[in-house]
Amino acid sequence: MQTETGKLMTGAEILLECLAREGVDCFFGYPGGVTLPFYDALYDSHIRHVLVRHEENACFAAEGYARATGKVGVCCATSGPGATNLVTGLVDAMMDSIPIVAITGQVHSKLIGSDAFQEADTFGITRSATKHNFMVKTVKELPQIVHEAFYIAASGRPGPVLVDIPKDVFQALGHYTPVESIHLPGYKVFTEGHAGQIRRAAQMIWESERPLIYAGGGVVAANASAELTELVNFANFPTVCTLMGLGALSAAHPAYISMPGMHGSYAANMAMTEADLLVALGVRFDDRVTGQLSTFARHAKVIHVDIDPAEIGKNRTPDIPIVGDVKRVLQKLNRNMQEMEAEAKQSKANPRAAWSEKIAGWKAERPYDRPRADQEIKPQHLMDEIDRLSNGQAIVTADVGQHQMWAAQLIRFNEPRLWINSGGLGAMGFGLPAALGAQMARPDKLVFSICGDGGFQMSIPELATIASHALPIKIVVMNNGYLGMVRQWQTLFYKNRLSAVELDHFPDAEKLAAAYGFRGRTIDKAWQLTEALETAIREPGPYLLNVRVSPEENVYPMVPAGGSISDMVFAPAEPVEVV
Amino acid sequence: MPQTISLLLENKPGALLRVTGVLAARGYNIESLTVAKTLDPELSRMTIVVDVEERLKTQVIKQMNKLINVLHAADMDETPSVIREMVLVRVRCSQETRTAVLQEAGIFHARVVDSSVEGFAIEATGDPGKLDEFIDVMRSYGETDVVRSGALSMSLEAKKIRLQPPVATPLAVSTI
Repeated sequence: MQTETGKLMTGAEILLECLAREGVDCFFGYPGGVTLPFYDALYDSHIRHVLVRHEENACFAAEGYARATGKVGVCCATSGPGATNLVTGLVDAMMDSIPIVAITGQVHSKLIGSDAFQEADTFGITRSATKHNFMVKTVKELPQIVHEAFYIAASGRPGPVLVDIPKDVFQALGHYTPVESIHLPGYKVFTEGHAGQIRRAAQMIWESERPLIYAGGGVVAANASAELTELVNFANFPTVCTLMGLGALSAAHPAYISMPGMHGSYAANMAMTEADLLVALGVRFDDRVTGQLSTFARHAKVIHVDIDPAEIGKNRTPDIPIVGDVKRVLQKLNRNMQEMEAEAKQSKANPRAAWSEKIAGWKAERPYDRPRADQEIKPQHLMDEIDRLSNGQAIVTADVGQHQMWAAQLIRFNEPRLWINSGGLGAMGFGLPAALGAQMARPDKLVFSICGDGGFQMSIPELATIASHALPIKIVVMNNGYLGMVRQWQTLFYKNRLSAVELDHFPDAEKLAAAYGFRGRTIDKAWQLTEALETAIREPGPYLLNVRVSPEENVYPMVPAGGSISDMVFAPAEPVEVV
Repeated sequence: MPQTISLLLENKPGALLRVTGVLAARGYNIESLTVAKTLDPELSRMTIVVDVEERLKTQVIKQMNKLINVLHAADMDETPSVIREMVLVRVRCSQETRTAVLQEAGIFHARVVDSSVEGFAIEATGDPGKLDEFIDVMRSYGETDVVRSGALSMSLEAKKIRLQPPVATPLAVSTI
């Protein structure tokens, strides 16, 4: 790879060389004044560029790509407004630990600080929105910085990294010098886990009577599903997967309970509450999972495995903290489990069996609500149908809100990286561009973009991108005419004083889709649902299905904010008389 | 009770902002901050005095350690350490009190750096608490002007001494 060393290249060409060497086959962006030299160089490159219709969606699409593949997603924007538009996507990637490299153009070095046209302090603005950010000052340091950016984004706890490049650096001539080592003396990644702690963890698991595996996004990020499944299989240890961890253990696995937390299932939350051991893998004890911390899993000892030392003890002090990569730690843990198996497996077999039976009882006692109506389409009915048709195999993206919760409850995922949603940040408008990125990365997969009518309208411009690349995404708008989750809280906690939550004037889906050159349809009757979804799936191109659902439906069970997760509120048997 | 955090970080633009950002984002006000490069010019040593809630202390230091530019952040209150500060005091005093002021300065091992008919400029170093007393004493003689450097801290644990510049880690990206 020394051949390029001699060749004089522009900064823009060097950047493309770096991207190619990092294995980037496609990225998402929007050009502008200061990135002109880069886009000019791109003209001759084999790397695919997807022209989105708004920079925020470039970042969301890169996230969709990264979440679907585990590879680093790349997005690009110009200086000033281009860069500021990326910010929501960067914070989203930060919250969900998604590896992203964002390239932004900056005004000419000589103009920085002069309030030049389209100048913004991107480096300052994105400091707290990224895992790390760089400003490139000379073309000489460009390759080192770009490769370091990819390394930081993908290693340790993944996250977004931004590289801000002034126009003159794109234009300057230099050499691509292969980067052999990185110089990040302050960057510490702990992957292996402490052998003694891992051994104690294995012992604690075998000795527990009511163990519960609590698996999160870290298992997905570490590609550790196989290792997790191996651990579960030792004794069918009951397992919950968080919103970010759905699919980490196949939903079809007999030991799988469901999602815990604010809108988690009764069985998952009761199991959390009554467990005597939580094996927390790549989770952060998020408030939406734990509810009131002081009463959360109060009988349980905690083994906490996480690659980020700052997560250990942040919300819950563990009995056995293990800092390491979940995959590496699970491999070692499983080896220890196996060594102890012959001796330990029988000693707690009876209480463990009783525990599993108890969980099965909770599951049977209060499964998720699946109301059906003769005429109206219940939102849960819609999710059930998507679940049936996707058969645990389709990629499903979501925004935030009611549709996200119903989808997370009712659609089953048999693999990781199928469920793509804005978990930590809860960004509306995420789902559609994320589906774009995911479909780009996985052309073989059936991709559903489930949106609310609110979130969909935040990302409507991307219909053009989807149409232009003929991406066969099945866009399903769960349309209840409201900002549903906000409406639900106004109903339940603000005396049903519905303030600014009604979304009237939703566009005609058929005409809207036709305007972009593909098919669309609106349905509002329960009997149309199956046929309409099947039609959408059969369509070779994109399809917009606007599903008018019961507007007043609430997501249950629900743990009121700050409450204990064992104090769930369930759907009232009769429709509530709202005062 | 304010705590003293000592950091070793890369001497790079923006590194200071990242560290202080951890505190600012949580609404903590920095009481003092000193920073200068170390023997290895690629690194800086920083001492921050800040009043962080007991409950969040560990978390704040962990978040600082997580920053890519930070090599090490530690709570100086938890290890044997020495904390020193410097103060410059200008005191206006009368002909009658000049000798007394000089005597007091002597008690605090302070040094006169300027003398004029109006009074003295005096430099003192020491434990921050001791300097408070020194300032109080000087103020009792007349109008004063005070500039403090902020605390400097050094760990006295032998193993914390850093003599070698950091070694680069091999790049793990297979495509390169």
